[in-house]
Amino acid sequence: MTRRMTRRWVLRAASVLAAAGLWQVLTAADVRLWLRFDRLPTLDEIAGEAVRQLATPVFALDLLQSLIRILTGFGLATIAGIVAGVALGRSARTRDVLLPLLEAVRPIPAIALVPVAILLFPTDEQGIVFITFVAAFFPILVSTRHAVRALPTLWEDAVRTLGGRRLHVLWHVVLPGILPGVFGGLSVGMGVSWICVISAEMISGEFGVGYRTWQAYTLVDYPGVIVGMVTIGLLGWLTSAVVELAGRRATRWLPRAQGGMS
Amino acid sequence: MTAVAPTVRTAPVAGLGFTLEGLSLGYGRELVVREVDLRIVPGEVLVVVGASGSGKSTLLRALAGLLPPAGGVVRADGAEVTGTSAERAMVFQDDGLLPWRSVLRNIELPLRIRKVGRRERTAAARDWIQRVGLDGAEDKLPRELSGGMRQRVQLARALVAAPRAVLMDEPFGALDAQTRAQMQRLLLDVLRDTQATVVFVTHDVDEALLLADRVAVLGGHGVRAVFDVRGTGEHPHAELRDKILKEL
Repeated sequence: MTRRMTRRWVLRAASVLAAAGLWQVLTAADVRLWLRFDRLPTLDEIAGEAVRQLATPVFALDLLQSLIRILTGFGLATIAGIVAGVALGRSARTRDVLLPLLEAVRPIPAIALVPVAILLFPTDEQGIVFITFVAAFFPILVSTRHAVRALPTLWEDAVRTLGGRRLHVLWHVVLPGILPGVFGGLSVGMGVSWICVISAEMISGEFGVGYRTWQAYTLVDYPGVIVGMVTIGLLGWLTSAVVELAGRRATRWLPRAQGGMS
Repeated sequence: MTAVAPTVRTAPVAGLGFTLEGLSLGYGRELVVREVDLRIVPGEVLVVVGASGSGKSTLLRALAGLLPPAGGVVRADGAEVTGTSAERAMVFQDDGLLPWRSVLRNIELPLRIRKVGRRERTAAARDWIQRVGLDGAEDKLPRELSGGMRQRVQLARALVAAPRAVLMDEPFGALDAQTRAQMQRLLLDVLRDTQATVVFVTHDVDEALLLADRVAVLGGHGVRAVFDVRGTGEHPHAELRDKILKEL
């Protein structure tokens, strides 16, 4: 087991290193084969810039700012998405009232709401959080609603014949039972949240990883652009991994979790 | 821990009596059961047998209050049944346990719903775990248990809050013959201490004769016949068996 795991980790590391190596070859040799690598920075330029930025307080501030925005928007979307999804899945009245409205808003990309957000909210900060919220809200809502509808009625019947009322069914059956489905929505939601927070920061805002990356581009600081992008990639990866881990812990009871394979 | 367990365990509550008056049941427009009249005596074990599709489970769901009648009424101790109640606990064929709750927490659930304190309900659940022979499995999840063990948990969960009626829907139907025989013995054992009325659905006539005080045969949209099993010895059992099979 351990030897197999070591081999898998070696493979994973090798894959990343190979991609980095290819980048280095293409940029160092200033390759121009229809795609033009001559103006992109080499690995050592990027590394130098990364080291320089890591030492500045601005970098940490940007990071923190983006994280606060995404966690606020995503957190609110988790609560609102689950509540609305359960209500839509369980109540025909709620469906009649809310569904047409939500279905009409859903196709609008969250990033297209930036003008509205700028007009609507007193500060840019709130606007960006709003955009992040909208982005994550719909995947969470849709997956919750489907999970509610896919719940076997047997569990509900069981709790009801044990004396359970509506709230008991909600608390003891619906909420735990939909978790596997909800976490699918949370994963997707986290991904689109990052897309939207970075895009929104590029358009408005005075801090944040997205803002800093775009600023680097306008200042012709190409290593800075790449450092920004790598930062976004790592943050997105980290937060998705946290969601994934939480999901696995919360759904240990699923039959497939028995083998422990990923 | 010492004084609390017996409060739930003893306190024998009287069984619930059911009266079915002109009861018709079905899903949508199709009626599975038509205008059935039947009395279920408090404290008895009534086994309902019938071919698949004869409406055994449907009838049980109506007794539980899970299925509103298409016509007629179900009465429990004279009061019309309009919904589910903790007085009428149900045991399902399989997968009735909540898969995210451990054995202990599944069995505690009805007490939790009744707002019984944590210590008291844990004590009562542990007592039942022992009675159904599940010592050491308290913290296991349903997926880690065999089919027979899962049914033991369901049985304990149904009885832990001392319901006045237990409705069992082919609870041993998915088990192998040996496990099934064990579970039948366990059920007889456990029921000896309660006064709850039991309505038990099966398609196995031998199981019916083993467990029942009375056997009701379902077929042709209604109750074909009701047989009294009590007080019959070994020989008449065979006779009764033939009679029931003939009705089926």
